Amino acid sequence: MAQKKHKVAVAHGSPAAGGHHEHHGGHHDHGHHDQEELKTFGFWLFLITDVILFGTLFATFAVLRLNVAGGPTGGDLIELPGIIASTFILLTSSFTSGLALLSMNKGNKNGLIGWLIVTALLGASFIYLEATEFIHLVNEGANIGTSAYWSAFFTLVGTHGLHVSVGLVWMIALIIQLSKRGITPVTKRKVNIISLYWHFLDVVWIFVFTIVYLMGVM
Amino acid sequence: MANHNQAHDGHGESHGSLKSYIIGFVLSIVLTIIPLVVVMNEMFDKKTNTVIILIAAVLQFAVQLLFFMHLREEKKPRYNLTSLILGLIILLVIVGGSIWIMTYNAVAV
Repeated sequence: MAQKKHKVAVAHGSPAAGGHHEHHGGHHDHGHHDQEELKTFGFWLFLITDVILFGTLFATFAVLRLNVAGGPTGGDLIELPGIIASTFILLTSSFTSGLALLSMNKGNKNGLIGWLIVTALLGASFIYLEATEFIHLVNEGANIGTSAYWSAFFTLVGTHGLHVSVGLVWMIALIIQLSKRGITPVTKRKVNIISLYWHFLDVVWIFVFTIVYLMGVM
Repeated sequence: MANHNQAHDGHGESHGSLKSYIIGFVLSIVLTIIPLVVVMNEMFDKKTNTVIILIAAVLQFAVQLLFFMHLREEKKPRYNLTSLILGLIILLVIVGGSIWIMTYNAVAV
């Protein structure tokens, strides 16, 4: 069933194939493929600029890590168990987004959508835990204006959380699109780049976890 | 279907296999548990702990790039790798430079 749909979708993706020799169809496919590849590379460049964005936020945090203005420090308020849970949740979601990609490459649309839903649910739990943590911190008297340390903390961790939230909205939209259009060269490229984005967010979180949380409680 | 897959492989698009994803996942988990154990048990002095957890983070970054983001399978010219290296150089200059400049301006502790 899924395979049949896939075939139809592929034919749709290359209208020039109809009425031409297979050879010509192949050529068209190649051109299309190149363009999708170029778009994927464009997205990769966006990720590189995002590396620089997070680099400046990490630099700010590193410089201001001692400036607590007599208020609470990270070590005073951070509750590691929740952070450890969210770290493993995000790590697992990075893995499941990879499994979604594998299903897609096998032409398994249901598997693809299923793993994307699992990934999105894990992402949502991550955001839930982060929101809970921020509420806890504010209740304990550490908001974004408390000290330079907490300004840098909330900006860095919050920017990452915002990225995950945007990724969630994007993933839900893509799941809807996949269920309507199936696996086409275009949706394939979209799944490829959202998976890159998701792995990238996991990488950023590893450094947030190490530098902000682990070094904060040390 | 089979034909399509073949044509696909011919283009050399990056894929990865279930095996490489599982290896990557296991390595990521191990590289997360090591710093956790080191920090929570305060195994060494603070400086050694810091070095260990930073190395684990960098290794995990490499694992994600190689096993999940398919950087190994990129065909030449390696534009992805080149742009990544440029990004990392800028990153190191920003982070390292900021810390270096501000070291003598830090609050006394």
